[in-house]
Amino acid sequence: MPLINANNLVFAWPGASDPTLSIDDFQVNAGEAVFLRGASGSGKSTLLSLLAGTLTAQTGSVQILDTDIGALSARKRDQFRAQHIGIVFQQFNLLPFLTVAGNLRLASRFAGRANRNILSRGTELLQALRLEPDLLERQADQLSVGQQQRVAIARAVINEPELLIADEPTSALDSDARDNFINLLINFRQLTGCTIVFASHDRQLARFFDRSIELADINKATKGRTSNV
Amino acid sequence: MFEVALSSLWNRRGSVALTLASLTISMAIVIGVEHVRSQAEDSFVRTVSGVDLLVGARTSQINLLLYSVFRIGNATNNIRWQSYQDIAAREEVAWSIPFSLGDSHLGYRVLGTSADYFDYFQYGDSQPLRLAKGERFKGPLHAVLGNEVAQALDYRVGDEIVLAHGIGNTSFVNHDNMPFTVTGILAATGTPVDRTVHVSLEGIEAIHLGFSNGVRIPGQAPSPQDLRAGDLEPTQITAILLGLESPMAVFGLQRAINNYPREPLSAILPAVALGELWQIIGTLESLLSVISILVLTASMLGLGTMLLTSLRERRRELALYRAIGARPTFILWLIELEAVTMTAAAALLGYLVTVAGFSLVQDWLSESFALVIDIWPATPGIAYYIGGAILAAIVITLIPAIVAYRRSLGSALLSS
Repeated sequence: MPLINANNLVFAWPGASDPTLSIDDFQVNAGEAVFLRGASGSGKSTLLSLLAGTLTAQTGSVQILDTDIGALSARKRDQFRAQHIGIVFQQFNLLPFLTVAGNLRLASRFAGRANRNILSRGTELLQALRLEPDLLERQADQLSVGQQQRVAIARAVINEPELLIADEPTSALDSDARDNFINLLINFRQLTGCTIVFASHDRQLARFFDRSIELADINKATKGRTSNV
Repeated sequence: MFEVALSSLWNRRGSVALTLASLTISMAIVIGVEHVRSQAEDSFVRTVSGVDLLVGARTSQINLLLYSVFRIGNATNNIRWQSYQDIAAREEVAWSIPFSLGDSHLGYRVLGTSADYFDYFQYGDSQPLRLAKGERFKGPLHAVLGNEVAQALDYRVGDEIVLAHGIGNTSFVNHDNMPFTVTGILAATGTPVDRTVHVSLEGIEAIHLGFSNGVRIPGQAPSPQDLRAGDLEPTQITAILLGLESPMAVFGLQRAINNYPREPLSAILPAVALGELWQIIGTLESLLSVISILVLTASMLGLGTMLLTSLRERRRELALYRAIGARPTFILWLIELEAVTMTAAAALLGYLVTVAGFSLVQDWLSESFALVIDIWPATPGIAYYIGGAILAAIVITLIPAIVAYRRSLGSALLSS
């Protein structure tokens, strides 16, 4: 059963004459870990934004968990993202001026789960990420980049999302930290059963994943543009 | 959300502190001006009460009011004692208080008057004068001090004081041959009475024995032992306060005094003169109010500018809120909340700055302008200004807040 089912997607930035993305069919099965490869500027972030629902396509539909997120009201879509999708970026995953616990609490609050016990859940998550639990009370900008990226996973999964989106999360890390990070991420899939879409320009990372998709192969807009040049 | 707003502000504390300082200064100016305005008005209205007519030598009503009631400036001319007796004896007159001004004690004005002063003079809401300590003057060389005079110079009942000729802070001619004994100290009134040394009219005559045209005649310095009752009949006074039997008689008596045949006199209605004086000062004060509001507006625009320019450095922060599920309205309210927090903090700080400022200039205001000021501003006007400032902050911040809101509506996830 596909967790993500996107059909006939066309997206163009306002004012642009050519679409950035044009994808006939993009599917990811529940529990799958998919590697999405693309050069920078190839539309990776745009596709991920469409999946996360911060952008909506001009045509076509994005169904996640059998919900057409393009058809949701803006308010429902934000709520849906908070509850069902976790996102990890390349950097700036945490508000630097809040503590780690404060970051987890805020993410939890946006999902409408303000009353959960963040400290015990946070301790569990940090231990699973092989971080010291006392980092919870540290301010986020006092953590190393590697620590911040791992805490970012904790923040992304705090609401037990079915889908985890990662956009170049390792490009700020050295190769050891990078492999560590991906192993932890894949481990998390086994623990929580969530589906992972991991985007990067780095082909070497494909070996960690069940399946690898080359964005240029599915994006007709990019193909059209390159053939014209 | 409040925690997030505070932490985010703290994270940008450099530009926030500067904006806050600018807001604080303008709030302090607005609160200060409003406070002085209301206190001055209060102080004015409270100065004299229950007096139907104020009489002096022919002059403008504001000048007469200033030198007799506020003890600011000088009389242009005096009233003959005979004229006072004529007027006081008229049947419309219920009571009369003679004022004789022109001497001082260490910068405080000396008022020569009669015992009727303590019976009939009223201030505030018809409050009579009350002695805090001691008793009224009985003899010519007795003095009753206003509360502030006693406090500032640390005088007690029984102390001896020497009056100075003229009204400067430092006088070259002291009436040191005729020292006065403090017999009483008045309770505080919050009016110029507090800053006055009260003696009898006979006392004023006594210290001027041996003087001619304001200059001591060489070789003539009589001592208290030389005083004889007959010598102390006053020859002239400075002003008269009148209370009438019936308020209906005010205008008739005013006309009669203004047409007094023996010398040119002016009779004025204190309430009317107070109103006219207040109008003059009121113009200045509305100008000050306008300026202070403009200063506040400039600071508000500075706040809006600061928030607007901060959006660029906060691009990632705002994108992150969206990524973890914040609605665009969260971002709008976050920025509004920051503005309101800063304005409220500035109002509080500005208030404290005002209190500190007034406690520093309190004495100077009361000495220079006879303006007795409460250092803790508490008028509805100030609440309106603070409320208005917060409302203005909300409106001005709509610009950066809506810009941020619109940007976050259709934004991609930021990665690099």
